[in-house]
Amino acid sequence: MGKAFGAVAGVGAVGALYAMKKSWDPLPSVKAAGFTTVDMSVCTPNKLIVEKWRGKPIFILKKTAEMVAAQNEEQTARDVIVGGEHFLIAVGLCTHLGCIPAYRENEHGFLCACHGGEFDASGIDTKAPPPSPLVIPPFKITGTTVVLGEAGPEYSKMKESGITA
Amino acid sequence: MAHFEKAKSLNEWLDQRLAINTLNRVLAKEYWIPKDINFLWAMGMVLAITFGILLVSGIFLLMYYQPNVDLAFDSVNFTIMQEVGYGWLWRHVHAVAASVVFLIIYIHMFTGIYYGSYKKGRELIWISGMLLFVAFSAEAFSGYMLPWGQMSYWAGMVITNLFSMGSLELNGIVEWIRGDYVPAQAFLDRFFMLHVLLIPVAILALIGVHFGALRLPHVNNQNGEEIDFAVEAEKYKAGNKAASKVIAFANDFMSKDLFVVAVFLVFFFYLVFWNYGFAMDPVNFDPADGLVTPAHIYPEWYFLWSYEILRPFSKDIGLVAFAFAQVIFFLLPFLDRSPNAVPANRRGLFSIWFWAMLVDLIVLTAMGKLPPEGIYSTIGLVAALVFIALWIILPIITKLEKKL
Repeated sequence: MGKAFGAVAGVGAVGALYAMKKSWDPLPSVKAAGFTTVDMSVCTPNKLIVEKWRGKPIFILKKTAEMVAAQNEEQTARDVIVGGEHFLIAVGLCTHLGCIPAYRENEHGFLCACHGGEFDASGIDTKAPPPSPLVIPPFKITGTTVVLGEAGPEYSKMKESGITA
Repeated sequence: MAHFEKAKSLNEWLDQRLAINTLNRVLAKEYWIPKDINFLWAMGMVLAITFGILLVSGIFLLMYYQPNVDLAFDSVNFTIMQEVGYGWLWRHVHAVAASVVFLIIYIHMFTGIYYGSYKKGRELIWISGMLLFVAFSAEAFSGYMLPWGQMSYWAGMVITNLFSMGSLELNGIVEWIRGDYVPAQAFLDRFFMLHVLLIPVAILALIGVHFGALRLPHVNNQNGEEIDFAVEAEKYKAGNKAASKVIAFANDFMSKDLFVVAVFLVFFFYLVFWNYGFAMDPVNFDPADGLVTPAHIYPEWYFLWSYEILRPFSKDIGLVAFAFAQVIFFLLPFLDRSPNAVPANRRGLFSIWFWAMLVDLIVLTAMGKLPPEGIYSTIGLVAALVFIALWIILPIITKLEKKL
């Protein structure tokens, strides 16, 4: 009798917990509003543009020819090439705890004011505490525009080779 | 149906139905408190009163607050602060009490550590007290979200990111906690619910457990003396109050308790009326903006020490150190291997440990407020390492301690 009572109560408890878990999930409307289109042709070299995608800031940085020339292979592999120009596209949140790093034009790099982390112009972490490079959001290139939130072939290639998380 | 005599007075009528005389005897008239104590023994009552102040001021704020990302900021900074009669008073009382309550909690904790009041039957008092500390921390954090200023938003962002567990990258959990990719409407609503309902209910329940855990072992005294409460109580009840080592909780001890509370309230209302600024971060008077991080993010003063243990390390090690700092105080009754429940100054190496821990926490607190650069980074790192080292050596030095 006790076991039967326990079993029924247990099923009820699991059901209730499942419902509670689902009630805290992001709403469908929140998940659906997730695409941003950016026109890359208006960018100025070495000037950071911040777009908004899913409530997060997205860094878009057109690199100068000198910056591209000075890059190593690892840095170039993270470049998004649109109309022959090299761009950094990355979620502008420090991979440590999510503050927004500031771009320093003279140093060609990012500094996070919260805990002192640094990234280069390709979003690669160069000073702790951030443990990994800035995340590259899903993107799809069409002509000179980029759609954020949709995975194009260039993004899928980066994702597969482990360049971005 | 049980048999009830016709009651001759209201007291008797209530006693028949609620046993109020028994309750009064067990909880007040014959709840014995040692005489050999000092003002630090009143901190529990100070905390209870401060919690009451938070509850009452919170009720008045709740009547005008709007848990909506578009309205929250103005409902606090315009409606409550400028339109509602004495709304500013409730807000300043609430903010100052939320800050000061942690000062008293820390004093209360370190009083317990100094006098060894977590041993020999008092373990559950310590553990329920630490649970209260965690619940108050969650209450403070969730309340800090509500004005929806820049510090609210970014503290919410940083703290919820902790749940991605570093390199495990559990972003699904973070999004689940927020109900969105970033702190937004769902996030504000659920933290509002936690702040005004679930956590306060948990705090009330924990206060019940905390008081209950105290009733059988009784409060400690200044010399850690083991008192035979039955014998001392007999002396007191026989009228020999001078020879007895104990007094009754009510009204004897309560009158002293409330005197300390009165002194505290003078200090408290001085802060509320003339020096409330420390509890109102200027950055939080900018509305939340997900695209601009404040130049320098820091928590309220009472979280700075654990924040500074997170900060100087790389992400994963920092998280482990932070988690260590959050739980380690719970284990104090078990990591202290010495049977001596006496003041720290009579416990040899433990006395040094006590003051080293206190100073280390103050250093961590100071460094946590400063920007993470140069010498401050280094001092913070050393202080964080000292914190961890102190806990590692605690079982060893207390094992070696001479039994008194």
